[in-house]
Parts: sequence; C-alpha cells; structure tokens
Amino acid sequence: MRMTTANGLIGSMALALFSTTASADLGLINMTRGVTESSRQIYDLHMTIFSITVAIGLLVFGAMFYSIFRHRKARGVKPAKFHHSTAVEIVWTVIPLGILVAMAVPATQTLIDLDDTSESEMTVKVTGYQWFWGYEYMDEDVQFLSRLDVDSDRARRLGSGVEPASVDNYLQNVDKRLVLPVDTKIRFQITAADVIHSWWMPDLGWKKDAIPGFVNETWTRIDEPGVYRGRCAELCGRDHGFMPIVVEAVEKDEFQAWLAEQRGETGATADAAETNEDEQVGDALASR
Amino acid sequence: MTATTQDHAHHEAEPTGLKRWLVTTNHKDIGSMYLLFSLAMFLVGGAMALVIRAELFQPGLQVVDPYFFNQMTTMHALVMIFGAVMPAFTGLANWMIPLMVGAPDMALPRMNNWSFWLLPFGFAILLSTLFMPGGGPAGGWTMYPPLMLQTGTAFPFVIFAIHVLGISSIMGSINVIATILNMRAPGMTLMKMPLFVWTWLITAYLMIAVMPVLAGAITMLLTDQYFGTTFFSAAGGGDPVLYQHIFWFFGHPEVYILILPAFGIISTIIPAFTRKPLFGYSSMVYATASIAFLSFIVWAHHMFTVGMPLAGQLFFMYATMLIAVPTGVKVFNWVATMWRGAMTFETPMLFALAFVFLFTIGGFSGLMLAIAPADFQYHDTYFVVAHFHYVLVTGAVFAILAAAYYWLPKWTGHMYSERLGQWHFWLSVIFVNVLFFPQHFLGLAGMPRRIPDYSVQFADWNMISSIGGFGFGFAQLIFVWLLYKCIRGGQKAEARAWEGAEGLEWEVPSPAPHHTFDTPPVVR
Repeated sequence: MRMTTANGLIGSMALALFSTTASADLGLINMTRGVTESSRQIYDLHMTIFSITVAIGLLVFGAMFYSIFRHRKARGVKPAKFHHSTAVEIVWTVIPLGILVAMAVPATQTLIDLDDTSESEMTVKVTGYQWFWGYEYMDEDVQFLSRLDVDSDRARRLGSGVEPASVDNYLQNVDKRLVLPVDTKIRFQITAADVIHSWWMPDLGWKKDAIPGFVNETWTRIDEPGVYRGRCAELCGRDHGFMPIVVEAVEKDEFQAWLAEQRGETGATADAAETNEDEQVGDALASR
Repeated sequence: MTATTQDHAHHEAEPTGLKRWLVTTNHKDIGSMYLLFSLAMFLVGGAMALVIRAELFQPGLQVVDPYFFNQMTTMHALVMIFGAVMPAFTGLANWMIPLMVGAPDMALPRMNNWSFWLLPFGFAILLSTLFMPGGGPAGGWTMYPPLMLQTGTAFPFVIFAIHVLGISSIMGSINVIATILNMRAPGMTLMKMPLFVWTWLITAYLMIAVMPVLAGAITMLLTDQYFGTTFFSAAGGGDPVLYQHIFWFFGHPEVYILILPAFGIISTIIPAFTRKPLFGYSSMVYATASIAFLSFIVWAHHMFTVGMPLAGQLFFMYATMLIAVPTGVKVFNWVATMWRGAMTFETPMLFALAFVFLFTIGGFSGLMLAIAPADFQYHDTYFVVAHFHYVLVTGAVFAILAAAYYWLPKWTGHMYSERLGQWHFWLSVIFVNVLFFPQHFLGLAGMPRRIPDYSVQFADWNMISSIGGFGFGFAQLIFVWLLYKCIRGGQKAEARAWEGAEGLEWEVPSPAPHHTFDTPPVVR
C-alpha cells in the first residue's frame, strides 16, 4: 500500500512537471479578463501595475546584478568611499511618487464606477451559509439554495477513492446554478446567516464579503452568455473549500422564461416561498 | 578596547546547569535562549506547513480532515509569527543591542528573564489546544468572529496564550527602548547608532503601541463568548467588521514589526561585505520612521472587500501606495551601497542579497495589492499568500538567517562551516522560489487561500509548490546541523570575524565574554 502511494506520488510528480511545460496556458497563470466592463478595467489595472513593477524591477535588479558581477573583491576592485548624495536621493523619492499618482488616477476611476449601484434593473440577494449559498431574486418570488454537486461531494471525502479528475468540474459545480440575464445592470445584496463568507466570481471582476447582520451592495453587467465559476473566498469553517458558485448568463428572454418556470415550480405566493427557503435551509443544515 | 577583559570580582558566583538558564539575567544567555526557542518554533511551524503542503500536493483529500487542515493553517501562522520571527528578532536584540551601543547588559535584566520565560509557557498552552476536545483554533490566525467563536474547548486557552505572548513582547520592547535611550556609550548620539539599533527602537515603539490593541480585540472576543457582550454581533447591535478594524490596526504595524529589524540587519551586513559605508544612513532612518508612521493609517487595505464607503477605500488605497516610497528608498540605498564596492559572497552576504532581491518582489506584489479594485480579485487568494511569504520568508526569515551567520562567530567563537552554509543558502533560495513563486499564478488563476482541496486546473502548480515546500523544509535541517557543529567547535574566530565588519560588537573578543563593556567604550 505504502509502496503504491509512493510510486503514485513519484509518477504524478513527473507527470505534473511534464504536463505543466506541455500545457503552458496563460489562462492558468494570470487573472481572467472576465466578461464585464468592470472586470476588464480591473484586468487592465492589474496588467498596468504589473508592467510598472516589472520595469522598475529590471532597472533595480539590473543595477544590482551589474554591481554583483563587476564590483567584487575577486576582481581586485578598491571600494569607493561615497555614502550619500542628496540629489540622487531626492530623485528616487520624487519619481516613484509621480508613478504612484499616475497609477492612482485610473484606479480611483474604477473604484468610483464599482461603487455606483444606481439605476440597476434587478436585484439578487445572496446569502452565505455554512456551507452553501442562498439566492433570492427580489420582487420575483424566486429563491433557492445552491450547493456543491453530489458527484464532487462524494469524491471530496477523505479517502473516497474517487479520482478528482474523473469528476465533471470537480469542486466547481453546484446542484442549482444562479441564472442571470446578460446586458442587464444587476444589483447584488450580499449577506450571511452564520459566519462571514465572501462571494467571489472572478469573471465578474470582484468578490464581496457576506457579513451576518449587514448587507453589502455591489453590481455587475454581464456581456457574454456563458457559464462562469467562482467560490467562497473567506474562511468560513470546515467546508469553506466546498461551496462553489456557478453563474449561468443567458439572453434576457431566456432569463424571463427561466424565471417563469421557477415561479411555477416553487409555488405561487411569496409566503409559500418564504417558508420554503427556511425549510430548505433547515434541511440543508440537518443533512450536513 | 581592553575594558572587556577586566576582572569580574564584583559579580556573584553564577549558578551552573539548568539553574543558570532559569535564573539568568545575562543578556547573552537570554538572547541565546530566545534564538534557540525561535529555531525550535520555526521547525514546529515548518512541520505544520508541510502538513498543509502534503494535503495540497494533489487534488482530493488524502492526508487530513478539512477541519484539521484549518487548524494547521491557523497554528502555522501563530507559531511562525509569535514563536519564530518575533522571538528571533528579540533574541538578536538581546544579544546585539548592548554590544552595539556599548552597554554592559539590557536595562531591565530581571524583566528580560521573565519576558523570555513566558514564551515556553505561552506556547505550551497554545500547542496543547491541538489535543483538546474540538481541536485547536481553526478560524485563521486573524481569528475573525463569528467563526472564531465556533472554536471548541480551545477558545479561552488560545486567547490566554496570546495574552501571555503579548505581555512578553511588550516587556521585551520596554527593555529595548530603556536600553537604547539610557545606556548608549558616551559619544554615541542617536544618529550615530547602528541601523539595527535604530530599526529595533522604532519596532519596539510599534509593539508597545499595538500589542495592547490585539489584547483588547481578543478580550472582546472572550467577553462576547462568555459574558454576554455583543461587540461583534449584529444581533446585539455590534458589528463583526469592527473586530477586523481593531485587529488590523494591530495587524498592519505587526507586519512591520516583523520586517523593520530585518531592514536593520541587511543595512548592517551589506556594508560589511561590500567594504563600503552604507549609502544614505540618515535617509534610512527617516524611511524607517516613515514606514512606521504609515503603518498606522493603512490597516483597512486588509479589508477592501468588507464593504467600506468609497471615501474609506480611496483613503486606504492612497495611504498604502505611499508606503512604496520609503520602502523604495531603502532598496535603492542598498543597491547604491553595493555600487562600486568590493563585494565578497560569504553566506551572510548571500542571504542579504537574496533578501534584497526577493523582498523587493514581495514589495512589488504588495504594490499591486494596494490597488483597491485589483485587490477585489487578489484578496484572499494564493496571490496574497505568495506576497506575504515573499516578504516574511525570503524577507524576515532570510534576514534572520543572514544575521545568524554574520554573528555566529561572535556568539560561539567559532567560524561556521562555509561549505554547509553555501549548501544551505543555495538549496533554500532555489526551493523557496519553487515553493512560493507558483502561488502567484494560483492566486491569479482563481485559487482562494485556506482551502484543503481544489479543482483540478490548480493541480500542476500546487504539486510544484509542494515539492518546493518539502525541499525548503529539509534544507533547513542543514542549518540545524551547521549550528550544532559551530557551537561544538570549528575554526577559531577572531574578534573582528569579517574583514569589513564595523561596530562595537567586533571590538570585544570572540566568543563575546559573559560580561562586556563594564566600563563604557568611548565613541568618537
């Protein structure tokens, strides 16, 4: 048994090294551009600040390595005696300050945009639970819970014997997706029922903490239909790693049809839906 | 400097054996105990890190239960911060500050003994929580409520242990300040102090300012749990985010507590091995003071996603970006010190150079994290994990290792094995990058921190990171072996063990006699 594990480890180690070089895919090492205007702004900010640091790094490390190769005792150099230069010190204080100001301008603009939830066309309330998400389409009488799908849940148990790679979207699939319309300004109201969670959808460009007793607001406008996957980002206890988020973005008319279908399923009145969610949470908590 | 070799008739006969260490008030003995304790905790915290990396080697759960995994991430951080890095710096302060300022001992020797001996008890309590019903703390080292309030029997023990460690830190800081301000040799004005002394003076003030804030925060947790208060519960009119504000008001100065003495060490070692004075001494002092000041007004950059008002986000973003300026000054000064020097590359210098290179990479990712909108993506991902391990492992820990190599001849009277030192350095510097660099990619690609299992697109980099982790961990055993050999024997060290070393500590013999500077030296 021990031998097989060791062999397995060595084998997979070699495989990993090989497959990493083989599948050198930029998507795996960089931030996603996402599918919203904000997420693209954030990606651009990320790449700009990254490029600035690379440029500064090349200069500083260039000087450092030049010095390491040229100014070494083994080459018989005599050390210089200088120990300060006010002019140089002012220059390398002021220039970085200028770069920072230049960087702060677009960052401020993006931050202001992200903060503006006005003129939203619909509202989704997100509630974090240990360890699943609850979604409520405000004024639409549609609400449901969204949990890790059964296949992942089975495979992720300690010593389950199920190979994660064999599970479809291991740990990033849910039993019921959050369906959202494209080209619609959607306001999110995010809260939690027990401890702090954080609702993170990389393709939307942000995460927002879900805090019990408080409601955080933010918004998005999705450009492209598709299925997007995210996860809880704030440590929330034992199964923090096992509460994924799946958003399915669809065309507006498809979304309306989906809503109607949901209303048919979950009962006619708001009261019924209300009890329904409480019961669902109760069931979910009891079954964990 | 003959002042050190006079007779010590006025000292009482000193106890030997275990009692010597229990009742000692000698700064060198206490410094050694701090350093050895810190090494032990570094290995304990490292073992926990290896449990984490073993579980993350492959997707799926193979090694530990998720709840135990959370205990490991929590304890790894607490042990490394409060057990390894802080005591190592305090140990270096104990050993070196009196020698560097020409004082016979620390100003408050008995308190010094107590502040050390609190640590083993504090950590005995903290580590014992792992064996309590319900396990140890699993809510992260930041202990955010309400999650932290779900801790089992361990809860009050964790809080008590942190109080004990906090008291120890505060007493250590009072001692450092009292020593530096009162016991400098005649002629050593503040602006003539070695930079290690300067950075420690500022660090000590930071600790006195913020350790009580941490104590306040965790005491509020305690009363919320047992005495019916609702500081952090919305149900009673409180706010869980209030805890985060208080915690990070401590937490951000705390991360500078973990790095400022490292700046001092690097500013000592680079001039010694470039044989050239430090570039911009006074701007180094002012930059350190600026960083310390800024550390009090940037705390909420740890909480950009909690839903602060726009004005708050903007303020904390701007203030955080400003930190890049004084930090940049320091890096530029170090490079300017190397410029046209005559460098040699003994182990302390190698660690110092690696510090400058790798700490700066950590600084760059820090600057990226300061950009609040981008932080909405980076926050709570492996990008953050990579960032703070670059500044804490290749930053603080590398500086501590550099300091250990630099002053080992002074402490033990023997030169360490340069061959083993080089092995230790090269293995460490290679594996630490294999360990932490891929974590940048993982974070950007969407892997959150503090998860025991992950979806399969993260598998490759996690496996590489784990290989780096085990390599780095086992490379540290070389250091333990080197240390053992160096204490036991080796080539005799001269008083000035390094050609370019400057400072009063090199005026006394190696090993430094039990009592030094009974008569203060005169500094010109």
